[in-house]
Amino acid sequence: MSFINYMAREINCKIVYYGPGLCGKTTNLQYIYERTNPSAKGKLISLATETERTLFFDFLPLNLGEIRGFKARFQLYTVPGQVFYDASRKLILKGVDGVVFVADSQYERTEANIESLENLRTNLSEQGYQLDKLPYVVQYNKRDLPNVADVAELRELLNPTNVPDFEGVARTGVGVFDTLKAVAKLVLTELRKGGGA
Amino acid sequence: MARDQQMVMYEEEFNQIQFVVDKLVKDANAKVVFIVDKNGQLIAASGDVENLDTTSLASLTAGNIAATGGMAKLLREDEFATQFHEGTKQNVHIQLVGNRVILVVIFDARSSLGLVRLRVKKASEELNRIFEALLKKVQEPGADTPFAEISDEDIDNLFND
Repeated sequence: MSFINYMAREINCKIVYYGPGLCGKTTNLQYIYERTNPSAKGKLISLATETERTLFFDFLPLNLGEIRGFKARFQLYTVPGQVFYDASRKLILKGVDGVVFVADSQYERTEANIESLENLRTNLSEQGYQLDKLPYVVQYNKRDLPNVADVAELRELLNPTNVPDFEGVARTGVGVFDTLKAVAKLVLTELRKGGGA
Repeated sequence: MARDQQMVMYEEEFNQIQFVVDKLVKDANAKVVFIVDKNGQLIAASGDVENLDTTSLASLTAGNIAATGGMAKLLREDEFATQFHEGTKQNVHIQLVGNRVILVVIFDARSSLGLVRLRVKKASEELNRIFEALLKKVQEPGADTPFAEISDEDIDNLFND
């Protein structure tokens, strides 16, 4: 949950990128890191295996600017997508303020998307959260590949509640910042309600 | 499992915490002392922090504590409240305080593990008291969020780059 620091005049929020293995969560963070002004970002930390698969998490701190005299700081995390890293995924969801579900648009990853979304719901509820009550957006990634499902089809499967969703090509940055802005806006809106997510 | 409570830091408590942290740097002959909440957010730091990436360290410390906590659960332990990492030049002592915040002490050959453990124990008790009082204060009615007044325009302005 968000951390309001009156002393430092800061508000800290945690956003987690979730999704099946190789869907592009880390690629989203890498793109954000590359395209963000050095003064507005910290180091991108990746706890990954030698083959660059996320082992525990990636972490990127961002300063989005000031809101009502408070610095808005967002900490972006990814989870490891591979099924057997479930214990780690649970840990990273602790204290989450907003979730981005990154779906892999390729037909053959349909099952993996559904399974990962189910896993997200389960792991959130174990922490006392409900996905439908959290600031939450969906990104249909890899739209540049030839074998992708229609967005309408993906939406029906992965976004039945109609949260904000975006088409993305994280490798080249398409949709990456739109996705981030959308989730950040939802988090700040939630904060206004005093929910603190 | 219940969600953790919202973390808020006020000037009064921050000053008390900073005092404890500053004192611990001196008492333990430490290079750096910092406090992180379990979600990875830095609360206070003291000592030789200028050339240190405290934001990243805070996040990694929290990840470390979370992973150790996960191990404890599997082994049916409540928690492993203390961790010690020994390096060639520097060492890190990590202590979970009140199952809520993490106290990290970085020290070198000018100090010793025994001294650090002793001083951390005392500081932990003080910090526990401060954080308990702080959490009570946050729960009191009337502790409103300063963000109730945020307008859509304020939020949009953040993204006009």
